[in-house]
Order: sequence, then C-alpha cells, then structure tokens
Amino acid sequence: MGDYYKSDDLDKFATMGEEAPELWEKFMQYYGAVFAEGALSAREKALMALAVAHALQCPYCIDAYTRESLEKGADREQMTEAVHVAAAIRGGAALVHGVQMKNMINKLGF
Amino acid sequence: MATGLNMQPFLSGDSAEQLKLLRDQTGVQPFVDKLGENGLYPLRCNGISVLQVNLGKVCNMACKHCHVDAGPDRKESMSLEIVERCLQVLDGANIPVLDITGGAPELNPHLPLLIKEAVKMKRRVMVRTNLTVLEQDQNYHLVEYYAAHGVEVVASLPYYRESNTDRQRGRGAFIASLRVLRRLNSLGYGGEQGGLLLNLVYNPGGAFLPPAQQAIEAEFRRELQSRQGITFNQLLTITNVPVGRFLNFLWHSGNLENYLQRLAAVFNPAAAPRAMCRGMISVGWDGTLYDCDFNQMLGLACRNGQAGHPAHISSFNLEFLQQREVLLDNHCYACTAGSGSSCGGATADSCRTKK
Ligand code: SF4
Ligand code: SF4
Repeated sequence: MGDYYKSDDLDKFATMGEEAPELWEKFMQYYGAVFAEGALSAREKALMALAVAHALQCPYCIDAYTRESLEKGADREQMTEAVHVAAAIRGGAALVHGVQMKNMINKLGF
Repeated sequence: MATGLNMQPFLSGDSAEQLKLLRDQTGVQPFVDKLGENGLYPLRCNGISVLQVNLGKVCNMACKHCHVDAGPDRKESMSLEIVERCLQVLDGANIPVLDITGGAPELNPHLPLLIKEAVKMKRRVMVRTNLTVLEQDQNYHLVEYYAAHGVEVVASLPYYRESNTDRQRGRGAFIASLRVLRRLNSLGYGGEQGGLLLNLVYNPGGAFLPPAQQAIEAEFRRELQSRQGITFNQLLTITNVPVGRFLNFLWHSGNLENYLQRLAAVFNPAAAPRAMCRGMISVGWDGTLYDCDFNQMLGLACRNGQAGHPAHISSFNLEFLQQREVLLDNHCYACTAGSGSSCGGATADSCRTKK
C-alpha cells in the first residue's frame, strides 16, 4: 500500500490512454471543454474543482487544482473559502443523514 | 522533480553563479535547443523601437519576485554622464520609446531631467514604478511631474487584495499603493481614452504562471473599481523570470527545476518571435548594453560588433545592434511560456495544456 500517491505519478496520467486511446481522447476532449471559459469563468471552475478535489480527497487533484487555481488568478483567501465550501457540504451531508438515524431510532425505539 | 529545500548558500547577486544554476537543471532541455527544434534559432533583433534605461538597483522595497535583487542597501545608480549619453542615443538613433525602470527609478536624482529632455524630443516616455516610493516626502511631487509631462505610468500591483500583495512586497505595500493610485486617478490617470495612461502590472505570487491577461484584468477592474474606486487602463501580466531574488527563492524552496520544466512544458513557439528583446535595447546603470533587463542581471552583455567588447551606450553602434543576435539562456523560457511575457504583458495567444 506504500506505493500510493507519489507526486511523480501525476505526470504519468496520460499513460491511462495507452491501452484505450479512443476513450482517453474522448475523455480529454470532454475534460478540456468542461474547463474552458464559459458561463462560468475558468477561475471559478478551477475553484470548484479544488473544492471537489478536497471533498473526494484526491491528492493528485488537490495538487493539480491548487496550482491551477493560482494560475487562474485565485488567491489563498478564495481557495481557502472553496475548501470550506467542500467541508460545509461534506459536514452538512453527514449531519443531514442524522435525520435518517432519527427515523430509524423512532422506528426501533419506544 | 523538486527534492525539497536547498540549504546550500547561493548568492543571487553573482551573475555567473545564477547562469550556472539555470544551466545545471538536468531535467530541462536547453532553451536554445528548444528554439532550434522549432526552427527559431538564432533570435535576432528586428530594429530598436524601445530604449529601456535601468536607472539603478536602489529601491525602497525588496519584493520576493524581484529579478533585479533591488533594495534599500544597493548602491548602483546611473550617473548624470550616462543619463546624458542615453539622451544623445535617444535623439541620434531616433528611438521612439523611452522605458525607464530600476530599482525604483524615482530614487535616482536624474530621473526628472531624463523625462524632461525625452519629452522635449517628443518621445513616448514610460516609467515603471512600485507606487509606494511616491509616498516618500522627497518623491511625493513626482506624481504631478509625471502628469505634467504626460508620462505613461506602469505600476506594479501584484493583486487586488491586501494579503497577497503584502506577502510579495512587504507589509503596508497594498494600502500605500492604493493611496498613490488615487492620486494618479485624481490627476487624470487611468480614465477615459485620450487621458493619461496608467497600466498596472500583475506578477504571480510564487512559482506558478500568470492567468490569462484578459481574465485577470476583468477581475482587477471590477474589484479595484467597486471596493476602492480606482480605475486604470490596462493590466499587464508578467511571468516571474528565474533571475535574481526570484531565482534565489526557487532554489532555496526546491522549486527551481520544477518551475523551469513547467515553463518549458508550455513553450509557445508563437511567443518566441515576439520576445521583447527583438525590439529593444536595455541600458544598465553603468551604461553597458543588454538585450533585456533579465540579461542585464545575468551579466549577458551585448557585444560591440562581431567579436568586440561589451557594448556601451557611449559607443552606440545602431547598425550592428539593431540586427544583433540575442543572447539566450534557460531563463528565456519565461518569455515563451503560455501566452508569452514581456514588459508589455502577454505577447501571444495561450497554448497552455491541462493538468
Ligand atoms: S520588484 Fe521593483 S519594487 Fe520590488 S524590489 Fe524589485 S525593483 Fe523594487
Ligand atoms: S529573457 Fe530577454 S533575451 Fe531572453 S527571450 Fe526574454 S527578452 Fe529575450
């Protein structure tokens, strides 16, 4: 398990296309289109990706979208707020499942 | 790949040592090879339309990204004799633009004379200012002087918020800069078309590339206007060049090879022919001539004729210099990365790759 999440591995991302070039090509085209300037700015999209990366806790994506957010002109405050959005939604999602817990308690208990 | 922090001493003021460090990065293809591969080597000057004069390394600040390694302790400052030589060349060689830089140009006592005489010759004159120096008592009046002479002001403002700006330039820099920007606005700078020109300069706050110029310009405009009531004409994005204090930072933070690789990975062949060295000549505080301010800090002086001595403003050979071969090294990757970079901001459309 010690071989997981090495920084150098991010540079090898494209090797995922070696056995499936067409699928890779399609993914990359889609990926590029998603992050292009659109109704949302490229900076806003980078900050969203940064938040999602934290919610997913993907170290590759955290590294990549920290850099990308900086290179799209975001600063520490904006990036920290984005991570708090991820934390709030994750925390809220945990808490709101408490309602399910309560439903179950109510069903099982007196 | 960066291996962590480098504790070995490194003197950013020593140009030979800086060049060695730039060349020693084994994971980086030499810049001249990259140009060769793209059929772009050698790079030649294509006529001189800008005389960029560096009035010295003295500065009231000591910013982290500074390629000059300027600061309050520096002593290098252009003499009156060299200033007069610059004016003679500006006149004799009929160069239309005078671009004044430093250090803080305001800390050289001959700045007013240089401006006044160049304006008399009807040259376009721009001064690169850090803004905060114009808060000092002895320089306070220069804001009015710039306005009276129609000088274009190119002002560094790394970010539209305080913490980011102050992290790069020192505590209090942002607030002081805003005060000076308001004075410039009140004198007619940064307003409607046809008024006095005020352009701002964005620098990344570390070892990463600048955003697309148009996108960050829109952010700056909105934020500075709505939160501070400040207007400006254009925002220029400049890529941090791995020279001087910034090179020192890259080295000690273990970012150097990674940063050069990053610049090389987004090499944009369209930006190379638009490198600013192709249209300018840069004068050092002692009168030595260089392709640009970065080569100046690396001690890469232009030659005076095919195999001659370092070229000097006192023996300005226009015919040779305007078609000279530019001296290139690995720091040049900063001028060709992504959308390109120059003292006038981005130079080309981006061809940046993802992830
Ligand atoms: S970047 Fe400009 S203001 Fe900052 S230390 Fe260097 S010369 Fe001075
Ligand atoms: S660093 Fe100077 S010499 Fe090199 S490409 Fe840029 S402007 Fe030209």
